[in-house]
Amino acid sequence: MNPVVLCTVARMMAPVLLLFSLVLTVRGHDSPGGGFVGGLLATAAFTLLLVAQPEELVRRRPRVDPTRLAITGLLVALGSGLPALFLGRPFLTGLWAQVPLPGGGALKLGTPQLFDAGVYLLVLGTAMAFILGLLHGEEEEAREREG
Amino acid sequence: MERYLALSIGALFTAGFYCLLRRSTVRLALGIVLLGHATNLLLFTVNGLQRARPPLVPEGAEAPTPPFADPLPQAFILTAIVITFGLLALLLVLVHRTEQAVGTDDTQALRAELPDSER
Amino acid sequence: MTPPLLLTLPLLVCLGSAALAHLCPRRAWPRRGVALAAMLALTAVGLLLLVEVRRQGVLAVQLGEWAAPFGITLVADLLSALLVLIAGVMGLTVVLYSAATLAPELEAGAYYALVLVLVGGVCGGFLTGDLFNLFVWFEVMLGASFVLLALEAKQEQFEATLKYMTLSLVGSAVLLTAVGMLYGVAGTLNMADLATRLPGLERPGLVSTVAVLFLVAFSLKAGAFPLFFWLPASYHTPPVAVTTLFSALLTKVGVYALVRTFTLLFTQDVGLTHTVLLVMGGLTMVTGVLGAVAQYDVRRLLSFHIISQIGYLLAGLGLLTQEALAALIAFLVHYIFAKSALFLVSGATARASGTYDLQQMGNLYRSHPLLAALFFVPALSLAGVPPFSGFFAKLALIRAALRAEHWLIAGTAAGVGLLTLFSMMKIWREAFWKGHPQDPAAKQEAPSSVNVGWGVLGPCAALALVMGVLGLGARPLLELADAAAGQLLEPTGYIQAVLRRPP
Repeated sequence: MNPVVLCTVARMMAPVLLLFSLVLTVRGHDSPGGGFVGGLLATAAFTLLLVAQPEELVRRRPRVDPTRLAITGLLVALGSGLPALFLGRPFLTGLWAQVPLPGGGALKLGTPQLFDAGVYLLVLGTAMAFILGLLHGEEEEAREREG
Repeated sequence: MERYLALSIGALFTAGFYCLLRRSTVRLALGIVLLGHATNLLLFTVNGLQRARPPLVPEGAEAPTPPFADPLPQAFILTAIVITFGLLALLLVLVHRTEQAVGTDDTQALRAELPDSER
Repeated sequence: MTPPLLLTLPLLVCLGSAALAHLCPRRAWPRRGVALAAMLALTAVGLLLLVEVRRQGVLAVQLGEWAAPFGITLVADLLSALLVLIAGVMGLTVVLYSAATLAPELEAGAYYALVLVLVGGVCGGFLTGDLFNLFVWFEVMLGASFVLLALEAKQEQFEATLKYMTLSLVGSAVLLTAVGMLYGVAGTLNMADLATRLPGLERPGLVSTVAVLFLVAFSLKAGAFPLFFWLPASYHTPPVAVTTLFSALLTKVGVYALVRTFTLLFTQDVGLTHTVLLVMGGLTMVTGVLGAVAQYDVRRLLSFHIISQIGYLLAGLGLLTQEALAALIAFLVHYIFAKSALFLVSGATARASGTYDLQQMGNLYRSHPLLAALFFVPALSLAGVPPFSGFFAKLALIRAALRAEHWLIAGTAAGVGLLTLFSMMKIWREAFWKGHPQDPAAKQEAPSSVNVGWGVLGPCAALALVMGVLGLGARPLLELADAAAGQLLEPTGYIQAVLRRPP
């Protein structure tokens, strides 16, 4: 495999993939998509970057701990069910609001979107934690073999 | 079609249990993977194969137009795959750590480390 | 509090605080504090839930307001509420005991988050209203238990976890197969909906097959004969606090699942399924107690007793009379407390003598008289000696067997009770009564220097107190158990609460 090609393509594709993962997440309530697929796609984007430039991975450790990201996602997803509880309705009941836009349309905002965002973070965090753990383990083994 | 799927489910279960009975811990993990696949395929088959539309409500309608596929088995399978994936990751870490600690993936060697009274 | 809040809180408290505990700084005390607060909250919620269910009958809530057979249902009858309360109490005890016994670096790690996830999974199993979610909560609980078991990263723990994990995952595959086939047969997995549909199905043979698959899956999780081998192979390796938590809650979810499915769903072919349960119960009792007789490691010995006591529960379910089910529930409550107390005391004796091997122990009666007393209460209670809680539960069970004219099971239960007493007396004789093996002269000596603090003894004493209270005040517990058994045998209340159909 040619690392130059892979690097260039990875750098070009990763932002596109990330953007697409966000699109999938947002449209996911009424059409195919959602936080789970979105999170997986975002993981794919980051993994592509990791595979393409492993040296940079070593130099720049991820600034966000993926486990904490996953846990934040869990809290966001759990928290998205709470507003309904305070209104005396069952946990996780979807609450929607129409926010009028200046252009004349209306934006549909609701707790299920918050839930999707939580799932997105949870999936991204968990999958990244596994992948980074595996890469880290391989590095350690390589070092052991050399040293 | 069901017949072929049933045969493959049987083959997967057989292969899975065969792997589980081997002495190597890596095969153990493989056996669990195969069992997971067999179960998911079984979930898929048992609930009836049919040609149908995805269970999506078209724009402007109140209900999906029949014939549409039953979404519940798909949800079950998706959840089961995620759970199997998570537990498998745990199992692989465990197999790896055990192999590091014992120096082999042979389960008999693991037993030999026990004190005499428990052999 | 409204039912939606009351039913969701046990899960929210456990899972939310597990996330919080993991976000805390990597020190022992903040995480310990979060876990303690969560368990106190869970106990309070469990108590409220029990009171409300006793007052209003079965409570149910549909998460996200998706109607019953399709959505995720949480439902609590008396049995579920009682078990959630017990999960809270046991969680509290174990967290307190962990704070006193565990190494600080273990506490500063993922330990408390895992304990909270495990208790959350257990509560989810007790409260869920459909079988697929039961599977999911089982996996949540198992995932946490795998990591807890191997947390200290000792080699014997790796071995134990490998065995436990493999057999559990095979069990999960069987459970998922059963769930999938049941959906194929009945077209629903909501337990209330299933209860109304199963009797009218055209293919009763297929339902019986699925029932037996469930029986295999759940009895593997419960540790029943002949599927209990993972239990004595793994329970003696983790720290005592973890073993206590496992013995108190893990196998009980399996028993709960058996009780729920074999009273609510699979009652069409009682001649097959419940006879199998009865036979399994008897064999589980006998093999468990005989396995215990041969052991000299305290924790292994107690692990075999877990199995033996599971046999009593299965026998109660196999009899399927109101009296037997009530006895089962009373026995379950008593035995969770007695077994946990014994495990906690075994940890304390190991601290006092430096070993779990009975042959190496001795003379603890003179050196630690309080510890001896704290062993004596749960040991007699487990064996079923009056006036402790075990006596009434065991008596009720044997009486139910006699009333149902199952002489063999009644005789087995009584005989196994005697063997349990013998086994407890063995621990008493070896650990507490006989002189210390290295130093025969120590018999007349003053107490040895090893001091066991109140952080360790406190939880043991609290459980001993509970057992005394449950023994002397057995009537309220037996009445509650009778009411819960009534709900199990007359499930219309349960079905109506879930499906919201007019009576």
